[in-house]
Amino acid sequence: MYDLKSKSGKQWFYPEKVKEHFFNPKNLVKTKQESKKLDKEADGIGIEGSPACGDMMKMWIKIKNNRIKQCKWSTFGCASAIASTSMFSVMITEKNGKTIEQALKIKPQEISKRLGGLPAIKFHCSVLADKALRSAINDYYKKTNQINKIQENKIKIIDKILKITDKDIEEAVLEGVKTFEDLQKRTKIGIQDKTCIPEAKQLLRFYLEKHFTPLKKTKRL
Amino acid sequence: MSKTIYLDTSATTPVDLEVFNEMKKYFTIEYGNAGSMHSKGLKAAQVLNNSREKIAKILNCSSNEIIFTGSGTESINLAIQGLMLKLKNENSNKNQIISTTIEHHAVLDTLDYLKKLGFKITLVPVEPNGIINLKKIKKAITPQTALITVMYVNNEIGTIQPIKEIGKIAKKNNILFHTDACQAANSETLDVQKLNVDLLSLNASKIYGPKGVGCLYKKSSVKLQPITYGGGQEFGLRSGTENIPGIIGFTKALVNTQKNKKKYLKFTNLRNYLIKELLKIPNTILNGDLKKRVPNNVNITFLNIEGESILLMLDKYNICASSGSACTSKSLNPSHVILALGRPYEAAHGSIRFSLSKYTTKKELNKVIQVMPKIVSHLRSISPVELKIKDLKNKNV
Repeated sequence: MYDLKSKSGKQWFYPEKVKEHFFNPKNLVKTKQESKKLDKEADGIGIEGSPACGDMMKMWIKIKNNRIKQCKWSTFGCASAIASTSMFSVMITEKNGKTIEQALKIKPQEISKRLGGLPAIKFHCSVLADKALRSAINDYYKKTNQINKIQENKIKIIDKILKITDKDIEEAVLEGVKTFEDLQKRTKIGIQDKTCIPEAKQLLRFYLEKHFTPLKKTKRL
Repeated sequence: MSKTIYLDTSATTPVDLEVFNEMKKYFTIEYGNAGSMHSKGLKAAQVLNNSREKIAKILNCSSNEIIFTGSGTESINLAIQGLMLKLKNENSNKNQIISTTIEHHAVLDTLDYLKKLGFKITLVPVEPNGIINLKKIKKAITPQTALITVMYVNNEIGTIQPIKEIGKIAKKNNILFHTDACQAANSETLDVQKLNVDLLSLNASKIYGPKGVGCLYKKSSVKLQPITYGGGQEFGLRSGTENIPGIIGFTKALVNTQKNKKKYLKFTNLRNYLIKELLKIPNTILNGDLKKRVPNNVNITFLNIEGESILLMLDKYNICASSGSACTSKSLNPSHVILALGRPYEAAHGSIRFSLSKYTTKKELNKVIQVMPKIVSHLRSISPVELKIKDLKNKNV
């Protein structure tokens, strides 16, 4: 359970760029005071993930003329989550800021590429930043009375053979699935595509947490 | 750069220089195969037998009850699989194994495999302090129970299980008893008569010996089926050319370690010092019993932060530890041991294990005590989660 190193036997566990962004994250909210101030000033706020999954993200954005001018964030997450969110915040605000549409199109693979490559098992860590942005933008639309523009998060295929998505897992949870065995009985997830089992298990926990045990201190906005 | 502070000896220990020096000539000078019919082979066979006798003496058993293997994991597999497959071949109706929820994956995954083959597996939960309740073991016994397997010392939280007492229960019910003793040899007795065990697994890489060698104690009356086939070495139970340098190193390391058991106890004070100081950081929990744990294990949950981030920050200060966080595992699952204590996922993600070495000094621990609050407060300040210990108590996971 304790292996952080990649099989390539490189000196550090991640590429140099990841290390740089982990130890000196960009746009990171460093104090509770700053976070409170941003709660008042931000144009949109998004929270995604849950501490039970080991990953949770809060994001504050400022928008001007449909462009993202500022993206601040805080996280309960691993090194990959910290580094990829840091890189993501740079990518969406660089060169005068991306438009909302451009920002939402950034793929986890692009973040990983700019970081010099994340291990495949860590890809989901960068997805959280993307989801938090989506939720912050939705919040912005809500606050500015553009309800028609609100979009739900993109659907992601988890089981690559049977094409089972995260939405399918969420629905199964809402219909009463509590264990991975139940989920597998219902959806056949992971029976052929065994590589998806860890991610499917994590998503199961995530949706159980999301729908059945809301946290007192960290309410969804 | 400052010297590395290595607090991960439950993962592995360095090889003691004395052990290493003794091994050397068996690579390049006395390199014979113990099965060969010439002087080089004879020398190797003698060395093998001497080592077997030395280990048998420590375990208080006869030398033909020691089977050398390639690792603790292999010993465990041979013990559990070997026994159950033998029983199946004999058409025995005994097909149940009792174990615990906090075993090492070497045991849990072997049991998983046997479950698929049709054996019945019962995992007994531990108490919140990480110690097994004897009553629960008794309750799990059925007329079909063939084997009880319980780890001597837990690798993550260092708790010491009541092996002697479980052994008594097994004996009384005519059930065989295996213990995974890989984490126990530095401080606990390995006398198989006192421990009431029929099978016991050990390895060298946790006791300042080399990696890639271990042994299984198997009481002579217990019959196993081999799980590897070939040249019939190790009484036909573990085919493959004997790893003479490894066995030499293992034997030397085990002799030294068991001789110095008492000295090792002095680490209890250092361990307690580290626990006391780290628990001064708010929202921290000690995982595992404070008293019934080995002298070198500290395992603490730092709420609201993620273990991998803590490890990488510690690594920057040249401090090596390990975590039960999901992000440090291949499976993306947090530690099953911390969860088995009844703690929620949140607590498992932020758990850190410091396992002291016999060379650890108070000065080194002071460095940890100095940097840890900084790391924790930095990671907490950037974390949107603000759980308190009392929030966890209300959570039903």
